[in-house]
Amino acid sequence: MSPFLFFLLAVPLVVFSLGVVLARSPVRSALSLVVALFLLAVMFFLLDARMIAALQVIVYAGAIMVLFLFVIMLLNLQQEPVETARPGQRTIAGVFSLVFLFFMGAIALRGLPVMPGPGVETAVTPSFGSVEALAERLFTRHALAFEVTSVLLLVAIVGAVVLARKIQR
Amino acid sequence: MLTLILISAVKALIVVAMVLNLAGILGWVERKGSALIQDRIGANRAAIFGFAGAGLVNTLLADPIKFLTKEDVIPRGVDRLLHTLAPCVSLFPAMVAFAVVPFGDRLHVGELVVNLQAIEVDVGVLFLLAMTSLGVYGVVLGGWASNNRLSLLGGIRGSAQMISYELAMGLGVVAVVLTYGSLDFQEIVRRQGHMIGGWIPSWGILYQPLAFLLLLIAGIAETKRAPFDLPEGESEIVSGYFTEYSGIKYLMFFMTDFVEIAIVSAVVTTFFFGGWQIPFLGSQGFVFPWGWSLALPHVVVVLLQVAAYMVKVFVFCCLQVLVRWSMPRLRYDQLMWFGWKVMLPLGLANLVVTALVLLWVRG
Repeated sequence: MSPFLFFLLAVPLVVFSLGVVLARSPVRSALSLVVALFLLAVMFFLLDARMIAALQVIVYAGAIMVLFLFVIMLLNLQQEPVETARPGQRTIAGVFSLVFLFFMGAIALRGLPVMPGPGVETAVTPSFGSVEALAERLFTRHALAFEVTSVLLLVAIVGAVVLARKIQR
Repeated sequence: MLTLILISAVKALIVVAMVLNLAGILGWVERKGSALIQDRIGANRAAIFGFAGAGLVNTLLADPIKFLTKEDVIPRGVDRLLHTLAPCVSLFPAMVAFAVVPFGDRLHVGELVVNLQAIEVDVGVLFLLAMTSLGVYGVVLGGWASNNRLSLLGGIRGSAQMISYELAMGLGVVAVVLTYGSLDFQEIVRRQGHMIGGWIPSWGILYQPLAFLLLLIAGIAETKRAPFDLPEGESEIVSGYFTEYSGIKYLMFFMTDFVEIAIVSAVVTTFFFGGWQIPFLGSQGFVFPWGWSLALPHVVVVLLQVAAYMVKVFVFCCLQVLVRWSMPRLRYDQLMWFGWKVMLPLGLANLVVTALVLLWVRG
């Protein structure tokens, strides 16, 4: 990935990610997240992870965020109250953010040789990121994790149905 | 490098031109179709310098001019940015989705081999699903940003409907992908090229008739047209999520409908009716099983295939216009019942049977 393309995507990605946190209107905040997820998908695509890119858009931008917006619209949330933080909450959040920033900065400065980033040319095989390659990994090496995740999702769905039933009575 | 960029640009232009023209023509087909069904003459008032003869050309010019010159009303108290953004968000994914559908085979120009598909990607089917799943944002935003209760109702109805029918559509698509073993549209079309016993073209409709019905019905539901036009529901909620739109923005919502019709037709054509394939037409020309053959130059073969693709797409567009003007609107509970309790189980059953048969056939 050329540095030019990387920054062309990374700068708006950071801007829209900030938009998620800083936007006052819940709808604008959710939409910023949609744009950020979409840009992330483009980045995956340019890093030859085509399957992940497509799934990123289908699952996150196309399904989950639609539900978010749906809920916001149904509850008709307007402007968020300005001050909702509890005392001390900001300090704790700040400390954790700084620690996180420190480690991420350290990693970025050291540079990870395996991570394709700006200006790092890595040789990938033609099958890299393809559906076949991903599926093989998923259904052999990570089969257990895959199945456990699907069971977890099933439990969540059944739980949601049960909860919805109770309210109806 | 420069030639590659040029070729990509030309292909993209061709696809854009194809989609936009088709959308315009479909606007006219829709009027004429509705007139035909309702026993009227229809769409014969647009006259250029007193000449009303060429109905299609006149309507094609008159519609955009009328929309472009109308006042663009933005109601008071709306989120102006999102209100303007909504029609763009609605139109963009619909048009981009068209780019992965191949409109012809490889074209050889001297040394160059041009794959007649605007975006050549091995996960084309997923790309299409991704783009169609983004289409819902136009509806949601249009409904929310209008600051109007009826628009909001339309937006909520629209998003619920699109999410529900996307599931059945996805299951239909997966069954087709399993049958052909590829996520690449061009590959799927190529595999429909051979003849069963030399006579019957091995088009997808023979292998996946149920998936065809599921995809067509779910596709029509995604376009939000009758009998699935509850998000619009003009007898209850004025015109749903685009009540507060006028001028060019209304035109964009209007066009989204037609572009989506074209996509549904293109996908159905590609999956179930051989895409650009013409029965008995090989790369050298026609070869019939009863012994006749007709040699054709390469360019003619490719042009014939592109024409075949366009004709097939147009036929399915007309079918959708016919459906829109002959079916009454569903009730909302019928819509949800149909999507979740008929389409979804059928899609799942079709998928399981497809997988089992494939396992049995391929071992």
